[in-house]
Amino acid sequence: MAVDMRLPTIRKTVSLSVAAFDRKDLVVPGDVITSDTGFMRGHGTYVDEDKLTASVAGEVQRVDKLICVRPLKTRFNGEVGDVVVGRITEVQQKRWKVETNSRLDSVLLLSSVNLPGGELRRRSAEDELTMREYLQEGDLISAEVQSVFSDGALSLHTRSLKYGKLGQGVLVQLSPSLIKRQKTHFHNLPCGASIILGNNGFVWLYPTPGQQEEEAGGFYTSLEPVSLSDREVISRLRNCLLALSAHKVLLYDTSVLYCYESSLQHQVKDILKPEVMEEIVLLTQQKLLEQEG
Amino acid sequence: MATVQVSEAEKVYILHGIRDDLRVDGRGCEDYRHMEIETDVVSNTDGSAKVTLGHTAVLVGIKADIGKPRPLVPNEGYLEFFVDCSANATPEFEGRGGEELGTELSNTLYKVFNNKHSVDLKSLCICPGEHCWVLYVDVLLLQCDGNLYDAISIAIKAALFNTKIPRVRISTDEEGGKEIELSDDPYDCMRLNVENVPCIVTLCKVGHRHVVDATLQEKACSVASLIISVTHKGTVTCTRKVGGGSLDSESIFEMTEAGKRVGKALHAPLMNVLQQEEHLGKKKQKVGFLG
Repeated sequence: MAVDMRLPTIRKTVSLSVAAFDRKDLVVPGDVITSDTGFMRGHGTYVDEDKLTASVAGEVQRVDKLICVRPLKTRFNGEVGDVVVGRITEVQQKRWKVETNSRLDSVLLLSSVNLPGGELRRRSAEDELTMREYLQEGDLISAEVQSVFSDGALSLHTRSLKYGKLGQGVLVQLSPSLIKRQKTHFHNLPCGASIILGNNGFVWLYPTPGQQEEEAGGFYTSLEPVSLSDREVISRLRNCLLALSAHKVLLYDTSVLYCYESSLQHQVKDILKPEVMEEIVLLTQQKLLEQEG
Repeated sequence: MATVQVSEAEKVYILHGIRDDLRVDGRGCEDYRHMEIETDVVSNTDGSAKVTLGHTAVLVGIKADIGKPRPLVPNEGYLEFFVDCSANATPEFEGRGGEELGTELSNTLYKVFNNKHSVDLKSLCICPGEHCWVLYVDVLLLQCDGNLYDAISIAIKAALFNTKIPRVRISTDEEGGKEIELSDDPYDCMRLNVENVPCIVTLCKVGHRHVVDATLQEKACSVASLIISVTHKGTVTCTRKVGGGSLDSESIFEMTEAGKRVGKALHAPLMNVLQQEEHLGKKKQKVGFLG
């Protein structure tokens, strides 16, 4: 039984790459971007006395005559094809409302899910009435963005065997800007757990499923106890993810794996101590630089 | 309290983990999260402390005022508590949403701290029956990530340690009335003896086992909790059960024993940190709210 009490210290983010104030295109709210009136103003900007000023903190992007500022910390702005992990908040007529860390709740239509048994048929009135048997309020799902409504809400679908209801595991909520866009967001890490890096910042860690269960497509959630060794791996990965996000490191399978390896010398519960976090993130960043260079 | 939604499968995962003494963040069932304590953060109070426990942040400010003692105990001062659940912590506390939780917390604090065994109330007396010191303890919840009672009690103990009450002299003026004079020296003050001040330990029952310092997810899986206030000697001063579920007598006994053990072990590190901060004096690095 341990209690770790200490006096606070000023935290500094560990960064091996180029310092922030060297980059010319980073702005904070109120910074003047340009005084030239020939540009069109995009998102994140406003005109103040004929000068184009930034309204959010981020980097300036210029496409021909359009200037916009892409914020560094923002809610998830989904695009078609993004993989998201979401939580069901409401069950409505013929659709579910899913919370995905965006400005509006996303929508999962009844016609966008795979029915149990894999049949392809028209959804009947009975299907509407038994929606809650499949997905209830509080359930977690992995899905893909099918389209974006005009008001910005996302329409999701789980029409593939790799998407669907998620079973036992741990959800970590991080900022969407830290997730790197990659070809695939589902990884079976060699350390013994699997990870889904949702583009909306929700990361799902779960024990790697055995060989036999892959046909169901997420209908049958196993409630068997997970083994202690798998649990340790998942807890360690969770703490590593929190350490990486506290120091603003881009998250993808390689960075998470390097962080896991660097943390093996410490106990799982010590990883969240500030000095241990700094050490681990420094090692990870060094390894990543070596790998690139 | 702020609530999070947890799916059935997540609940099962958490339950099995606690049964095997390995929680989601790798802690054992009786481990606390990383805690940071800083005193003297609010300059216009007589004593203040800020405690961060994981993501829970609590700010306590104490102001000493002269008032009339209670009629039944004329030679003792007293404490007044007020807990403000600010909307900063969670949108649920907006407007009057946090009032219910605030009153519940204040009532528990009255029971735990406002008695002569916890705080030396006789030292707060100036003139028996006429004047005494009243300590107004204001608690502000800045961030809510589970385990409010523990964080608040540690913050109150730290703030009481930090409180500097000015010394007063009673003199009689011409008509025979009493006059109170505050000493001119701003450093001439009285400190409180916080040795017997208890710390609160919250034990949440999850499945068949209990956990200390539960996060919001673990709280969502538990049906009942026991709040125990324990002094540094291991004496239990107050117990309360919260939550809608039931606890049978054996689990209450087990949880009380565990609470005594955990609570007793909280005091020594806390006093060490407070003494360490006191010794640093002017050299202390002031972190405040922007650290």
